Amino acid sequence: MTAPFGRRRCRVSESRDSGGYRLFSLLDPDGPEPLPGQFYMLATEGHWQQSGERPFLPRAISVAETGPAAAGVRLDFLIESIGPGTDRLCELEPGEGVWVNGPLGNSFSAPRQLAPGAAGAILVGGGIGIAPLALLRRSFAAKNIPTRVLLGFRDAAHSGGLDDLFSCCEVRLASDDGHAGHHGYVTDLLAAMLEGDDAGSAAVYACGPPQMLETVGAMCVEAEVACEFAMESPMACGYGACFGCAVPKPGGGYLRLCVDGPVVRPDQVEPAHA
Amino acid sequence: MPDFCGIALKHPVINASGTFDAIAAHRVYGNQLLDDFPFSAFVSKTITPEPRAGNEPQRIWETPAGMINSIGLPNKGLAGFLAEDLPQLAQLPVPLIVSVMATNREDFGRLVEEVGRRDEVAAIELNVSCPNVHSGLIVGEQPDETEGLLEALRPRTGKPLIVKLTPNVAAPAEVAVAAERGGADAISLINTLKASAIDPATGRPGIAAGHGGLSGPAVRPVAIAQVRAVAAVVGSPVVGMGGISSGADALEFIGAGASLVAVGTENFRDPRAGSRVAGEIAGALRADRSGAPIGNIA
Repeated sequence: MTAPFGRRRCRVSESRDSGGYRLFSLLDPDGPEPLPGQFYMLATEGHWQQSGERPFLPRAISVAETGPAAAGVRLDFLIESIGPGTDRLCELEPGEGVWVNGPLGNSFSAPRQLAPGAAGAILVGGGIGIAPLALLRRSFAAKNIPTRVLLGFRDAAHSGGLDDLFSCCEVRLASDDGHAGHHGYVTDLLAAMLEGDDAGSAAVYACGPPQMLETVGAMCVEAEVACEFAMESPMACGYGACFGCAVPKPGGGYLRLCVDGPVVRPDQVEPAHA
Repeated sequence: MPDFCGIALKHPVINASGTFDAIAAHRVYGNQLLDDFPFSAFVSKTITPEPRAGNEPQRIWETPAGMINSIGLPNKGLAGFLAEDLPQLAQLPVPLIVSVMATNREDFGRLVEEVGRRDEVAAIELNVSCPNVHSGLIVGEQPDETEGLLEALRPRTGKPLIVKLTPNVAAPAEVAVAAERGGADAISLINTLKASAIDPATGRPGIAAGHGGLSGPAVRPVAIAQVRAVAAVVGSPVVGMGGISSGADALEFIGAGASLVAVGTENFRDPRAGSRVAGEIAGALRADRSGAPIGNIA
């Protein structure tokens, strides 16, 4: 399903805190249901360029959950307030309008599409990178694909909203401050799992900070386990027009993350940029 | 229906080169794009003689009411463009204008000749102003160089030649007059303004190349002044651009002397911006202006 051409106005139906993040829902009367890994370009209808300056460009945000609504589909977005655009998105109240362009980009593959012997999935999320994995987990559950979920957070404030998106499944946690689960990185949990006998029967799906993705990619290459990342890159348009989201390819040249991603395999990108 | 250098256009809004990739947009939006194409002519991304990968990231930086870019003209080169992209662009429902750039007159001449002989191409835009590439000489900053280039290129094609001016000069009107004297059929302006920003997190430029080109509403008053200055001294049609995001913005350019307008950065925010601006122009031209304020501090 292609995205409707152009941007459209959607209404906020709900907005609330979710741990250290903000979770809000849009009602999209016109668009198709997004696939896990896809993203939308979002800008609030009112008070974008709040100070007369920034934000100016829409923000590329992965969809965290979706489902049928009374008319159209519901789109859930998890936002971390880290700059003028995400600040404004975090302030959204029910009833406000949001300009939406999407769903954009590609989506995650099924384990068997990545490796013939991969029957199950291991999801690895760090911080705000948990967002696209929530929808991915539910889509795998619907297809009876066995899925293990490993999530890492900085501190208790950030992991506090975990149940909003991962309530119905077992999650293994890691925390930088040791407040819950493993005291350390989520990649430590992955390392232990990849040492298991059944590692070869799984595919790894990761989203999180660049250092985390680089580590996950290297571990999966080492363990010969299939892997996909959802990546992030500075993006002005989301549909291939601006060429801003270039990510270096190993053999030279660049991917446009918006139209060639955001889901990529580790061998498609230079390790330093994964 | 505007006539631009003998090309009939459905409305006066085209795109700025490098701000809309019709091939990628068709992948994303499918045939909706062709059924509702936002521009009355399509201007390609700049083609160079050889393929270019483009600049190292970071390539874009958000600024007050605009952005800085230093993309570096990624393209497939002339041969790749003609073989792979041109057949797809020929399917668009509007005339095609191909933007070209080279670092010497012989290469420029080859581009103009080979692109110009293709029936699918309605006109050629000469990028003499792109400030992003470390190519040495920037022709468009010098009236004599610009005139000489046009004299060299004019015999190579019968297709209209549009010269895209750089705003990074003291007197763009002098360059425009020189381009016209050399044989240009039309002038387009402005390209981006040289700009930089420092990333507060690192204390270094936010753009990897150190600087780039500023676009978006922030540049609009500069563009209006330059379009006015150029339109006052050339007889050729002028394509005005620089921060157009609405019909009202476009009408400023038309008031400044532009025959056509181009939408650039706004395409990033709204893929249908071209259609919207064209509709707003038509609506505004029909509107009753009685009761308008004196001045704009209303």
